[in-house]
Amino acid sequence: MRRLGGVLAAMAVAFILTAGPAAACGGLIGPNGAVNLLRTTTLAAYHDGVEHYVTAFQFAGGGGKFGSITPLPGIPTTVEKGGDWTLQRLVRETTVQRDSFLFSAAAAAPSAAEELMKVRVDALDLTVLRGGGDAIGAWAKAHGFRLPPDAPEVLDFYATRSPVFLAAAFDADAAAARGQQVGDGTPVHITIPTAAPWVPLRILALGKNPNGRIDADVFLLTDDRPNLLPSPIGLNGLGLAHFAAATPSLLDDLRSDRGMGWIPAHAWLSKITIDASASQLKFDLAIDPTGTGRPSRVDAGLAMPAPPSAPVEPTRAGLALLVVAVGLLVVGGTMAWRRPFSTLT
Amino acid sequence: MKGLGSARAVLAVATLVAGAVAATALAVASAAAGPVTVEIRIHYSHYEPAWITVPAGRPVTFVIRNDDPIDHEWIVGDAALHERHRTGTEPYHDSRPTEISVDALTTKRTTITFGAPATLQYICHLPGHEAYGMVGTLVVAGS
Repeated sequence: MRRLGGVLAAMAVAFILTAGPAAACGGLIGPNGAVNLLRTTTLAAYHDGVEHYVTAFQFAGGGGKFGSITPLPGIPTTVEKGGDWTLQRLVRETTVQRDSFLFSAAAAAPSAAEELMKVRVDALDLTVLRGGGDAIGAWAKAHGFRLPPDAPEVLDFYATRSPVFLAAAFDADAAAARGQQVGDGTPVHITIPTAAPWVPLRILALGKNPNGRIDADVFLLTDDRPNLLPSPIGLNGLGLAHFAAATPSLLDDLRSDRGMGWIPAHAWLSKITIDASASQLKFDLAIDPTGTGRPSRVDAGLAMPAPPSAPVEPTRAGLALLVVAVGLLVVGGTMAWRRPFSTLT
Repeated sequence: MKGLGSARAVLAVATLVAGAVAATALAVASAAAGPVTVEIRIHYSHYEPAWITVPAGRPVTFVIRNDDPIDHEWIVGDAALHERHRTGTEPYHDSRPTEISVDALTTKRTTITFGAPATLQYICHLPGHEAYGMVGTLVVAGS
């Protein structure tokens, strides 16, 4: 539990410095473009062709307008308040327990963007957006957010693969009215049908200077032992802290939380720790949940998606080449036909 | 007749050459006195190009096209000016031709006559943008 205690301490310090909500896998957008992401946790689970993404936005007190943008691998069917203990339970499951007292304490998005869904969860206004990088940026500006200078490139990085984003705007007055305290988190559960699950990681570096550090934990829950890209080998800023079949007690606990009834009877639990510099984190985490295939390099952001194939229209040059090619074939064929058979052997 | 023909041919050639020389001279003179236009594109929070040379003593029109979905600035001047802007509080620039705010996905034009040769910089002073690399060099060359 020393690690969890350290995580919580680091989060508390960061809350004081930032005053705003932060999602584990969202780029935090501040009024001056500065970004400080906290070490928080995210669950990305994949079952029956649906990615369940559970992350938390922490209230850090203060006023001003803050928000975050999280890229999504597809259009969600629901965005709702997440379970109360899912993230904490995952931390507990994968943390070596040395101090039961500390453990007990720990338990305690030119507005051409299309707004697909708007949801209010506690003091958070959540909007699912569809659009290219420019459209999302224009939407953010129109809604009072100032994006950091790396945002145009990062938004394009995601929009070329999946032009779906979740924008979270924090209502400080509503938080105060609700009696939210500094450090209080609002878990959000996003349900995304997709054939290709991936977890956005590069967005964590949004607004950071190249040497800025990113600390985050990502939990993966898959039906089978997954293959991951990039591999969490440590040198690339990704580490594998836990990789084992999920215990029945964990799955029972998760299943009993709000909105988590979909948790299967058997699953594989992976914990990916991210300890990387902003300049290092230029990729996402692609997942092959079956463990039998190779995760997509495009989903990992390591390769660009193939451009849509344009309809083939015959051009004059193309037709001329075709005529020449056919002519050569005819001439060649005629010469071969006239040549004595004996010379062909 | 043959001599006359040769003379006509020489005259024709001379006329052609003279015309060509005159046209060339006119073009050169026009280019020397004509307007100077420089296009600058802002993309992914960088200036393209990031190095420009312009003549001293002639009006230069800068066409600054912001292709980013975020706001930017184009402020040109010496080190002292940039130092002031690093701590300045003016949120929007539109009153001086050397200091331009360029809104997201828009284009601005500004015309400046630089009096003397100098090496200046153009920088975006919005928070974090200079550190991210929004810096260019403008060389004012003597005639």
